[in-house]
Amino acid sequence: MSAVTTSFPNAAAGWQLPSRGKVAMAGLIVAESAIFTIFVVAYLFYLGKSITGPTPPEVLETPIFYTICLLSSSLTIHFAAKCLARGIGFAFLGLWLLTIALGGLFLYGTAQEWHRLIYEHGLTISTNLFGTTYYSLVGLHGFHVTVGLVMLLTVAVLGLCGRVGVKQSGHIEVLAMYWHFVDAVWVVVFTVVYVLGR
Amino acid sequence: MSSNAITIPGTQIQARPWVDELHQWVTTVDHKRLGILYILSALLFLAIGGVEALIIRIQLMHSHNNFVSPEVFNRMFTMHGTTMIFFVAMPVLFGFANYLVPLMIGARDMAFPRLNAFSFWLSFLGGLLLYFSFLGGSGLYGAGNAPDVGWWSYAPLGARAFSPGHSSDYWTLSLLVSGFGSIGTAINIIATILCLRCPGMKISRMPLLVWLNLVMAGMVLIAITPLSAAQIMLLIDRYLGGHFFDTQAGGSAVLWMHFFWIFGHPEVYILIIPCFAFMSEIIPVFSRKPIFGYPVMVGATVCIAFVSMSVWAHHMFTIGMNSYANSFFTLTTMAVGVPTGIKIFNWIGTMWGGKIQFKTPMLFSIGFLFQFLIAGLTGIMMASSPFDWQLSLSYFVVAHFHYVIVGGILFALFGAFYYWYPKMTGRMLSERLGKWHFWLFLIGFHLTFDVMHIPGLLGMPRRIYTYEPGRGWDTLNFIITIGAFIQALAILVFLANLAISYFKGARAGNDPWDAWTLEWSISSPPPVYNFATVPTVESRRPLWDLKHPEDPDSRYE
Repeated sequence: MSAVTTSFPNAAAGWQLPSRGKVAMAGLIVAESAIFTIFVVAYLFYLGKSITGPTPPEVLETPIFYTICLLSSSLTIHFAAKCLARGIGFAFLGLWLLTIALGGLFLYGTAQEWHRLIYEHGLTISTNLFGTTYYSLVGLHGFHVTVGLVMLLTVAVLGLCGRVGVKQSGHIEVLAMYWHFVDAVWVVVFTVVYVLGR
Repeated sequence: MSSNAITIPGTQIQARPWVDELHQWVTTVDHKRLGILYILSALLFLAIGGVEALIIRIQLMHSHNNFVSPEVFNRMFTMHGTTMIFFVAMPVLFGFANYLVPLMIGARDMAFPRLNAFSFWLSFLGGLLLYFSFLGGSGLYGAGNAPDVGWWSYAPLGARAFSPGHSSDYWTLSLLVSGFGSIGTAINIIATILCLRCPGMKISRMPLLVWLNLVMAGMVLIAITPLSAAQIMLLIDRYLGGHFFDTQAGGSAVLWMHFFWIFGHPEVYILIIPCFAFMSEIIPVFSRKPIFGYPVMVGATVCIAFVSMSVWAHHMFTIGMNSYANSFFTLTTMAVGVPTGIKIFNWIGTMWGGKIQFKTPMLFSIGFLFQFLIAGLTGIMMASSPFDWQLSLSYFVVAHFHYVIVGGILFALFGAFYYWYPKMTGRMLSERLGKWHFWLFLIGFHLTFDVMHIPGLLGMPRRIYTYEPGRGWDTLNFIITIGAFIQALAILVFLANLAISYFKGARAGNDPWDAWTLEWSISSPPPVYNFATVPTVESRRPLWDLKHPEDPDSRYE
């Protein structure tokens, strides 16, 4: 029974199909983009519609440093994946850990900002429409960063155990796609919340 | 090759105990078993949703009826709508896609078998959550149980103040959970189609069913997710004190409508496109002709998918949008009629001059063509915003969309059941019971939904639990209810046919319909591994090429 399934008589040379991991991640990114679009639309729609304060110009500060951290982590993960594909395991691990550090720094920045907003300005998710839309949009993004970090950490642990090699390079590229997406979303969120929204 | 049991001399293979069998089904990651699980769960919810429909119809049978209380009536129409869309139509179509897509493209399984199983169980769990609300919905308040604010759950009805207890929470969570399941399945379908085609199965050679399911899956990614986002917002409102849809804090009830219908209208096309797919497989086989205008069919489908993303606010003409928005959505809605019309002409073109065989699957397909056309025509009527102002929220609308969903989607699905049941079980469904099923359902359907347009025109609003005598609605409603019971009877015949034929139906053999797609090249039911050798395809009708080596299709492509 197993003998017959292994014969590929005409497995035509040149019959190439895209990698399922990448296609699936692209599908997930399309779906996630639609979710983020709805939250961004809600944020823009409710700009200036809060009945009570505080308002965005009063309390928001542009997180330039942490934004640079997150965006540069896209570069580090890109080169990490490249290094792995070329079989330079040491450089891969280093860049990978750097990516995690940069992502972690970004999350720390968000945490600090939220702490300041909650304890200094009394802005919570139920304070006004600004609070509701701000925390859900930025929170949804932060949630995606967190999920990404968990996956990156898993790879890091496996990598430290020596389980990540050239063979896994395809999987790592799929993960990198997700991380790039999370960064791209931040560009949109940053523009909407900190540039247009103020 | 047709059997997957290995006989070893000297040993007796015993029938497995039923617990083992059940365990195998629950833990399966096989696309065929998951397809069947999807279909069975949909049939279960179809029966439940059908009973709810009958309760609604009994209550409306005559004026001042007291069969159920107004509260129960509200729960019934909410649960009926939610169940039929999310837990009958979606799962059954995903079930067929799951079962057929890998077979039609010559693949071993879906791209991600475990994601496939996970998605199925998510969607089933969603259904259970929805129905658990009958037990757990009242929470600590003792107020209400099942969701009762309509399947749109318009703001502010979905807010804490107006839906106390947990009924709306169960509604929200069940749609969120099953929505994630749908997204998983859609990603899986796309990855399967793009990455697992057998050699020679170019994009331009895929069976139309595969093409249309690819388009449907793409739409799921873009259209189901806004609903998930809106449900997350509703949960934030209900649990964290957010104000998204809280008008007293500056929130907007209309925004919920937009978000809901950005999902809601494409959803109709997500449901109908797989039905187009069934038609595009069944009609050619029973007309003994290849499909007419394959590239145009694909183009029209993609066109429908695009246009359908920009028509949602035709559900909202009565809320008072400005005239530009009204004109825009009137025009886009009417524009959808063009590619849809192209499809109907193509099916007729396929039948034209063919040797049509009036087997049960074909009967349902022809029923689909007529009824879907009429449903489309009332749709064009409703697309005109002034007409819609008159009849929105009346029984005319209810008749219109049931014409689409029952007359279109359900008829196409029945056709698909009769066509692919032999492949799934190895047994033919009884033609005699099938004809009974078809004619009874056809009569019941037209009795119910043709007549239902009239009380709508006479001004009967939807979602009322009773009405005054002397408005001229009594006789009409009585006829509608009789039609509903005839449909229920037809469904019983169908279920009996499914059960009886499973044990007593004639053996199907590999290819009972003399069809042309790859799934008919292997035994019925297919072995676990699907194809013993990976097939190679040289045209759109690989089995025709095999059966007619002297005149293969590949010569003409």
